[in-house]
Amino acid sequence: MKTVLRLFAFVIVLSLILAGCQQAEQGPATVRVLAMEQAGPTVDEMNSIVAEFNEENPNVEVVIEYVSYDALHDKITTAMASSPPAYDVFLVDDIWYAEFADAGYIWDVSDKITPEMQENIFDAAWDITVVQGKTYGMPWLLDQKYFYYNEEILNQAGITEPPKTWEEMVEQAKVIKDQGIVEYPIVWSWGQYEAAICDWVTLLYGNGGSLVDDAGNPAFNDAKGVETLTWMLQSIDDGITNPASVSYVEEDVRNVFSQGKAAFATNWVYMYDLVNFNEDESQVTGKIKMSLMPAFEGGGVVSATQDGSMGFSIAAESPAKEVAWDYIEYLTSEDVQNRYSAHLLPIWKTSFQGEQLETLMGYTESNKTTVPMFSEQFPYSYVRPKVTFYPEASKALQLALQEALTKSKSPQQALDDAATKWVSFME
Amino acid sequence: MAALRGKTSLTLRQRDTIIGLLLIAPSLVIIFGIVLQPILSTLYLSFFDADLGLGRTNIFLGLGNYLDLLADPVFWETIQRTLYFTLVSVGVELVLGLGIAQLIHAHPPGWRILRASLIIPWAVPTIVNGTMWRWIYNADYGALNGLLLQLGIIDKYIPWLTKPFTAMNLVILADIWHSVPFIALILQAALATLPEELEEAAEVDGATPWQRFWFVRLPLLRAAILVALVIRTVEAFRVFDIIYVITAGGPAFGTVTISYLTYLETFSFGNVGRGSALSFLISIITLLLAFIYIRFLYRPEERME
Amino acid sequence: MTGWWRFRMPKSGALLNTAMLTVLVLLVMVFIFLPVLWLIISSISTRAELLSVPVHWIPENPTLENYISILVPGSATSEVARTFKITLRNSLVVATSVTFISLLAGSLAAYALVRIRFRFSEILLIGIIGTRMIPEVSLVIPLYILAARIGIINTPLVLMATYLCFSLPFAIWLLAAFFQTIPLELEDAARIDGCSRIRTLFQIILPISAPGLVSTALFVFLLAWDEFFFALIFTSTVAAKTVPVAIAEFTGRYVVDVTAMMTGGVLAAIPPVVLALIFQRYIVSGLTAGAVKG
Repeated sequence: MKTVLRLFAFVIVLSLILAGCQQAEQGPATVRVLAMEQAGPTVDEMNSIVAEFNEENPNVEVVIEYVSYDALHDKITTAMASSPPAYDVFLVDDIWYAEFADAGYIWDVSDKITPEMQENIFDAAWDITVVQGKTYGMPWLLDQKYFYYNEEILNQAGITEPPKTWEEMVEQAKVIKDQGIVEYPIVWSWGQYEAAICDWVTLLYGNGGSLVDDAGNPAFNDAKGVETLTWMLQSIDDGITNPASVSYVEEDVRNVFSQGKAAFATNWVYMYDLVNFNEDESQVTGKIKMSLMPAFEGGGVVSATQDGSMGFSIAAESPAKEVAWDYIEYLTSEDVQNRYSAHLLPIWKTSFQGEQLETLMGYTESNKTTVPMFSEQFPYSYVRPKVTFYPEASKALQLALQEALTKSKSPQQALDDAATKWVSFME
Repeated sequence: MAALRGKTSLTLRQRDTIIGLLLIAPSLVIIFGIVLQPILSTLYLSFFDADLGLGRTNIFLGLGNYLDLLADPVFWETIQRTLYFTLVSVGVELVLGLGIAQLIHAHPPGWRILRASLIIPWAVPTIVNGTMWRWIYNADYGALNGLLLQLGIIDKYIPWLTKPFTAMNLVILADIWHSVPFIALILQAALATLPEELEEAAEVDGATPWQRFWFVRLPLLRAAILVALVIRTVEAFRVFDIIYVITAGGPAFGTVTISYLTYLETFSFGNVGRGSALSFLISIITLLLAFIYIRFLYRPEERME
Repeated sequence: MTGWWRFRMPKSGALLNTAMLTVLVLLVMVFIFLPVLWLIISSISTRAELLSVPVHWIPENPTLENYISILVPGSATSEVARTFKITLRNSLVVATSVTFISLLAGSLAAYALVRIRFRFSEILLIGIIGTRMIPEVSLVIPLYILAARIGIINTPLVLMATYLCFSLPFAIWLLAAFFQTIPLELEDAARIDGCSRIRTLFQIILPISAPGLVSTALFVFLLAWDEFFFALIFTSTVAAKTVPVAIAEFTGRYVVDVTAMMTGGVLAAIPPVVLALIFQRYIVSGLTAGAVKG
């Protein structure tokens, strides 16, 4: 019997040993980077940046991996659970910054930011990585929602200039609809997803409203908020907004717009190249233009749009923090960004001036339009509130918008209910 | 082995135990070696207020997480939704499976092709199944909308997945398509082993087809039905992958099942403690179901004398 | 479609009944094949056709472009398409090793549990099967930490180890059911002839239960090929990414590559479906053993 017990114990011990193995660190300092596919520069470009850095810094080895956007958040969260974290550097979406900062995942790099960097990088870019006054990373993938219009449709309706205010757009849309050119001239992404929040922010801030007040309390259910939501509903009732917008995300907007079934749309920069130059994907190539995002007449602002950028951050518990910073600094340096800006807009204001601007615009056909458009629009870009409970709060707001737009609740009621939930998350 | 043979003091029984343990050792090492620590770690965490954030001390809560969950209306709504999914899914699968099994059993023309074709939905990987159905349900270009419109059943495209109730039922449909073959094949195999004489005797005695089915055939199938039911029920209760792929829990939490809630708690909200407590609650329920099966159906007989 | 309609055909009225049954068979076939056909049709359509209203049931411009993009090197339109073949290979490697080890360790354990009566057998069986009760979702993080410590994240090894935990209990259960159907007399005869337990296992039991082994192998292979969530979290590069993860990645941040997803789906479904069709006999016997006699 003793033999049996000993054997058994051996088996158990073996299992536990397997569970407890450690592995020693060897070789040059490794920096593990988690980036995203289909984001900004191509994989090849990213890899060559890494190769360049590795060559110039022989005591460091940067290793980079790519995942899809959907898996990014979960991968980061999981990686943070192990010690040391499985990744030293990772791409962080704007809406996760507050959550990650509060959870202690990301390193506060405020004292690494020189005044020069502060000055020469777009303010709206810093909005991404700054949480409660501290900087937690370098902005990197800048994007915002743009206003697109189909020039041909406008011309057919006798309209020569794109609208500067939402009210003007409504007027133009009605003209287009009355002339039977397009059944639903405007298409939005108001489906119950984050996409709806992006449109909401664009419209709300264009009305002079905001999501939260200075104290961080929900402000979206005030008079301005209700007014904006009512306006959205009205545009559906008037038949100028495509009613299917209530279930759409960005891709659906692109599809509808690409088929010439809408005259106006808002979307991220990715849509431009596809709708205006890609004949496999679009039936309206050559007809699409962008202009400054309109605002409401009583909003008190020239323009307002959603800032949907991402930044690169360093894991707070990473053993290679300093070297990781070197890499990020390199990646986001003006020189590197300028050289690799075929698919990624630089974060430096100076890149959009003079000769640099020319080079930038010369990279691709789309750049001729998107680059100037970017620097024109970016100063009017707003980020979503940096609250740690943003995912849950956003879902509550998405639900509210959906309820109001499908008329199961009044705008006031829906927004008030979301505000109540928001407040409950604040505890 | 040679060394053991020298120990004449061991009884046959003891030798058998040693051999038995040795044979089972590789499996034990693999299973427990890999999964024991995570299970224990999860159990441990369930008693704490633990977040995924680093550098935080976990606060001991005792049964706090469990009590919290049991008092949370979201938990009970999710259980309700999961039960709905399980009951409808398994129920329809059973009825359909039984029907198809009997259809095959009657050996109509093409029954062999039918039986072979059944394998296809079952063998298709879950993620392929999910993406396929999600595309079919697409609000603007989906085949479901296209078909219903052309058949005149609807007059304009419907965004199916944007309403909680329809979304849930459509996910169930996708699951049914994938899982009916499992039940159908089990029952058909069982039917094939049923002695014909009993039914023939009943027919001779004047029983109607319905009576023959209900009073003779069905009782004989009881064991197979039970097994299929338990397996599918446990699986359906723990459903996750297909929800993740088709609806990601939406719309408005409408398709959040208990496993998906665990995912949300652990990954999206970062409450590892609560997520762990949740998973143990789920395990207890499924363990109960499995236990029923082992107690009533698995007979470790045919051992030595 | 309730059960009471199906019954053994009485000789009279056979023709009408056969016709009815054939119709039913066709209906079920439609139910089975319609979604799959749409999947295949989608994979040979262009994106423009897929996005047309009304639906193009039969594509006007069918194309093999999507398949070429994935299968022929150098023609890929996206990173995911280019690396799809590698993920197929990874899935194959992981699934076959898991199958092999499960069969090996599983048959040893199953034999021990079924034939050799020893004290802990029932407890062990319950323990083994009990590990399957925990939702996989909650094991991900602790397993991840464990794997990170050993340094096997993003390798086929971590997936193999993880899948083994789930497939071994299943394999043991299934193999045990098969072993139980082997008549005791065979073994007793061998024992009388002087065979040890081990020899009996390898020379008598395993050859006879070859169908059961094939059956179990098939189920385990399908299980491993199918797994998605762990692969998603544990792998991040082509060093270890499996096919389900690749399919999920056709969805970008905004863009959804529908044609590629459908094509990838077809390619991912071919190995398990083909295997299952070839060995369908064993699937049925596996289900039988597990369910009917088990």
